[in-house]
Amino acid sequence: MKIKIFYFARLKETLKFSTEDLDLPDETLTILKLKALLAQRSDTWQEMLMGKLKVRGAINHELVDDLATIHDGDEVAFFPPVTGG
Amino acid sequence: MTVRVQTQDFDVGFEIKQLRVARPDVGAVVSFVGQVRDLNGGNTIARLTLEHYPGMTEKSLEAIVNQAKSRWNIMDATIIHRVGTLQPLDQIVLVAVSSAHRNEAFSACEFMMDYLKTEAPFWKKEATAEGEQWLEAKETDETARKRWEK
Repeated sequence: MKIKIFYFARLKETLKFSTEDLDLPDETLTILKLKALLAQRSDTWQEMLMGKLKVRGAINHELVDDLATIHDGDEVAFFPPVTGG
Repeated sequence: MTVRVQTQDFDVGFEIKQLRVARPDVGAVVSFVGQVRDLNGGNTIARLTLEHYPGMTEKSLEAIVNQAKSRWNIMDATIIHRVGTLQPLDQIVLVAVSSAHRNEAFSACEFMMDYLKTEAPFWKKEATAEGEQWLEAKETDETARKRWEK
């Protein structure tokens, strides 16, 4: 399945990635599984996605929790807790 | 409903007028204006840069207005949030609500600000004499939002 991922704020800056397209095996993929998969890239990815930053995930512009399922064609985003207002 | 994310400044008087002009059923407009401060936790702020998630931001602000509309008997609402680089004294956010009576507008305005602070995808980066750093989310903002869950 093909998905698009966006990274924002501290994640974007530290990972030096703002967006990427991934083609993954067609198995049940949750936000948590995707984070764990990406975290294997390096210690920095591990720290950013699984560390104390408390990264939040969104699927197709909706905030979701770690157990939300990702489907083919979805737009996923990872970002730190929000600080607007 | 008016929801806008923009780099340019906004005119509070004009926006409030939009909520009540030709609306004799409106008895109250409550508004909140956020301004960039020059001090945060002892650091002097030279400027603030705001990043957001285009598409999701507008959607989440609209969802916040709709939640407020389902909870209180309000007539209309406006949310304007600025992005890009701002300086102390700059206006950063406007939340304005119209209703027949003040109580509903006061509560809805506070509710929308609390949700905006914890759900809308904006991130602030501060520039001080020591350099730039991303702001940490505050526990107090999360607590403020949770009180509406009761």
